[in-house]
Amino acid sequence: MESGYSQKLRDLLASSGVGIFDMVLVRLRDGVMLRGIILPRPQVGDQGSLVLKLDNGYNVGIAAERILEIKLLEKGARAQPLTEKTHSLRASGESVYFIGTGGTIASRVDYVTGAVYPYFSAEELYSMIPELEDIAVVTSETLFNIFSEDMTPQHWSTIARKIGEVYKLKAPSGIVVAHGTDTMHYSASAIAFAVHQAPGSIVFTGAQRSSDRPSSDSALNVVGAALTAVKAPFAESVIAMHGSVNDDILLVHRGVRARKMHTSRRDAFMSINSLPLARVDPFTREVKMLQSEYKTRSDSVEIYPDFSPKVALVKFYPGMDPSLLEFYREKGYTGLVIEGTGLGHINSNLVPTIGSLVRDGIIVVISSQCLWGSVNLNVYRTGVELLKAGAIPAGNMLPEVAYVKLSWVLGQTSDIEEAQKLFKTNIAYELSERDEYRHYPGAMGWW
Amino acid sequence: MLDTKEKLFCSCPTVIRKDQADYSFMRRLRLARSEIGELDPAALFEFEKGLHFIYEGYNENVCLVEMDEEPPHQPNREAIELALKFALIVKAHVVDEIHVMRKIVIDGSNTTGFQRTMLIAIGGRVNVRGKEIPIETICLEEDAARKVDEDPTRRSVTYRLDRLGIPLIEVATGPVIESPEEAREVAHYIGLLLRSMGRVKRGLGTIRQDLNISIEGGAKVEIKGVQYLDLIPLVVKNEARRQQRLLEIRDELKRRGLKEEDILFSPVDVTVVFRNTKSRVARSAIEKGGVALALKLKGFKGILGVELQPGRRFGAELADRARYWARVGGIFHSDELPAYGISMEEVEEVKRLLGTEENDAFVLVFDEKEKALKALEAVHSRIIEAFHGVPEETRAANPDGTTRFMRPRPGKARMYPETDVRPIKVDGSLLARLERELPEPPEKTLERLKNKYKLSEDLAQQLFNSEHLFLFEELVTKTGASPVLVASVLTNTLRNLRREGVNIENIEEDHLFGVFKAVASGKIAKEAIPDVLKAIAENPELSVESILSKLSLQSLTISELEELVSQIISERKQLVEEKGEKAFSPIMGLVMERVRGRIDGKTVAEVVRKKLLEAISS
Repeated sequence: MESGYSQKLRDLLASSGVGIFDMVLVRLRDGVMLRGIILPRPQVGDQGSLVLKLDNGYNVGIAAERILEIKLLEKGARAQPLTEKTHSLRASGESVYFIGTGGTIASRVDYVTGAVYPYFSAEELYSMIPELEDIAVVTSETLFNIFSEDMTPQHWSTIARKIGEVYKLKAPSGIVVAHGTDTMHYSASAIAFAVHQAPGSIVFTGAQRSSDRPSSDSALNVVGAALTAVKAPFAESVIAMHGSVNDDILLVHRGVRARKMHTSRRDAFMSINSLPLARVDPFTREVKMLQSEYKTRSDSVEIYPDFSPKVALVKFYPGMDPSLLEFYREKGYTGLVIEGTGLGHINSNLVPTIGSLVRDGIIVVISSQCLWGSVNLNVYRTGVELLKAGAIPAGNMLPEVAYVKLSWVLGQTSDIEEAQKLFKTNIAYELSERDEYRHYPGAMGWW
Repeated sequence: MLDTKEKLFCSCPTVIRKDQADYSFMRRLRLARSEIGELDPAALFEFEKGLHFIYEGYNENVCLVEMDEEPPHQPNREAIELALKFALIVKAHVVDEIHVMRKIVIDGSNTTGFQRTMLIAIGGRVNVRGKEIPIETICLEEDAARKVDEDPTRRSVTYRLDRLGIPLIEVATGPVIESPEEAREVAHYIGLLLRSMGRVKRGLGTIRQDLNISIEGGAKVEIKGVQYLDLIPLVVKNEARRQQRLLEIRDELKRRGLKEEDILFSPVDVTVVFRNTKSRVARSAIEKGGVALALKLKGFKGILGVELQPGRRFGAELADRARYWARVGGIFHSDELPAYGISMEEVEEVKRLLGTEENDAFVLVFDEKEKALKALEAVHSRIIEAFHGVPEETRAANPDGTTRFMRPRPGKARMYPETDVRPIKVDGSLLARLERELPEPPEKTLERLKNKYKLSEDLAQQLFNSEHLFLFEELVTKTGASPVLVASVLTNTLRNLRREGVNIENIEEDHLFGVFKAVASGKIAKEAIPDVLKAIAENPELSVESILSKLSLQSLTISELEELVSQIISERKQLVEEKGEKAFSPIMGLVMERVRGRIDGKTVAEVVRKKLLEAISS
């Protein structure tokens, strides 16, 4: 294990015959004696300070210059393995397949060393979240282990293929995908477009508060996701997360309607321009539908897993330089989603550039950075000119969803007309002609 | 509790509020099964209770950090510097890099499920009356949320979040304190040192003492929530006595030849005995479908009635456990029966059903069957513990200085690093600057105050021994009241009020400022201070102004005034006879001294004139 210490400290440790996790007695120049376990350094901080976990549990850093002598008391205290437990399954026939993509949906703390260990095996999930025993037989697999911000359209393809394989070969009641929250809504949208028919849902879930704390939202989210996977009548790609700051009701959002709207709150995900699809009570185990229209469970599995990597999402801002858009043509992009202002506007200086991009065979979509409401290019002159230049309005589709959808569309076809047609088609409830009063948080009467 | 501008891990002000909260939300905490294991009885205990927690917040002094909806910010600089200063004052060894830790606490008092704490220094010392008391550790930590309600039937506990996150300095002394009085003195002196830095909150609960008490052959018992210094010696004395008595009980059991195996757990349903009982508790429980369960305790006759602390018998220990584990109202035991409406005949009938013999005792509980059973289980396990003397536990201090069972003692500290906060390097130049900014020692402050305000040696010493040395100077300079008056109120008056049973904990500093201002401006006479303080203690939510006006309106009616005036006139009969109408002025003066601020002077003058004329003409 990398200790993270300065050369001076590493020498001191080596010459004292001690290493990481050893129990030692440290004598300081001011006469103080400290008894504790040597810990590896956190990645940041002063490399010249030795980190000791004292007998009272506290960690302290002691400067190398202050250390007179280190005596070994006991070799390496190591983490105890998770106690194996034979679980008694009470769920009848239902099964859920967990796919791990990264982040730690669950982790536990080793109190001897203070280290946090992620886990994802079915045994470990049962052990940490005993309620799962009553809900389903769990199988788990770690597909990859990356931060959610490191996801790419290629990863979406891999997830989509895995989903197809799992439904064909293992036939679970549903699939739960553990995913970092930052880009969860991108991945959930991607799967919504890629998986056309399936025998069950694909439920994304994660944690806003790390699972190494007793207050983590992860266990409740996992329980809610598993319940959705088992009980929900629909077969869509959805996100199941806390519905409020309370540890009670979870909301199930369509991947194509969800957006992470808060950096840290556990109810960060919201459905935008739509109601959530369902609500789940993890305690009564009730899954209640909030919408009546949805894709039902199907006997067949139909997956279109390809995404084009040559699509970009660009945010317009006042003063944007038109040549920035030229860059995408030079780099060989074939699709561009622009987040315009208001009803879907950009500086009129950019319009001729857009016209030339479209003439060169690039599909340009205009969405709105307002997020709520629909794009309408017929109201103001700039909009009309954009339409004339060949831009496609995204309707009330979220900019990120328009980006994912265009990536998927251009992964299916390179024929421009066909691609345009496919893009305008409502594929996974990502688009609607009606926007209702209650779809906007301003309707909640906060004030 | 530190009076910093902001909380330890966010920028909320460190203000405690009394008004209604603005919002609330609900949370649960969970420990993974493997983490509980057999390792940590306290954790298991809280987990088994399956509680949920309601948190109440204010918009102005609670933010997403306290709600556990946002990672902590970097630790408050002001608080760290105060903790470092304290370390320097007691000559402790400061660590070179401070690491923030998470200490698992799952009673819900922290929204995160842990308390953030950091060790600042080790190995200091203070000198209290010539004896060196070692300081083992100095930690800086966040205060927990305040419990405001508990609803056992709904299994919920409500906490208010305003206090959560206020910085606290925790000072742990070495185990060298040998007497109840010494415990008070050490706590008092450490409190003085903390207060000498300024920026430490004053008032009830801002300096709290947790006492670890064990006598020879006893066990480590932690007592929480001792709110004021004068209670410490009594708590220590009572706890030492409790442990002594428990050891005596152990020895008595041995003398009686009893063994743990003799105490069988075989509860008997004795509901039938209480069909026509006069006991209200029994009747109401049985009417609701509950049962009467009894447990025989072989050879325990007389033991349950042994008084462990004033007014608390061994039976109370059993009842404490039954209440906590089974949430029953209480239990009855044979050493206290017949009583509480339970008749001699009923007692005899229970004994018959249990098959008790001359030296046996029994415990009786009325409740739903499942709860009653759980209660007797708890009683049984406490009885088994009696064979070993003193059980290790965490107890809470009662206001009368006795203690009650709170929860089992937590296991080894469950601590792990707070990964959301970076370690803080402490460099020499910072320590050198803080060293220059250290406050004068309390002894020096005392000397200075004594000379500056001309306090007698005795009064000055009393002030030093009270908790109010530093408040004194502020009160004098800010209100203009006489130093001797302020000193004597802070020492004698408050102490006398407490002895009279007045809940002086309700009196806050703002109240004192208000009272002394009123005295200094002549609004009330200094003689009225005890009554005013008493009224404040009874109505702490009112402002001093409204208390004063309330007192004057309610406590002195015209007829009361007339009575007072008549009394004074009759006391000064000679004066009135000698001076006639000219006695008005001295009589008026005497009356005003008694009623100033309580009724207006014109009315007084009228009454005095009237009564004086009556007296002269009669």
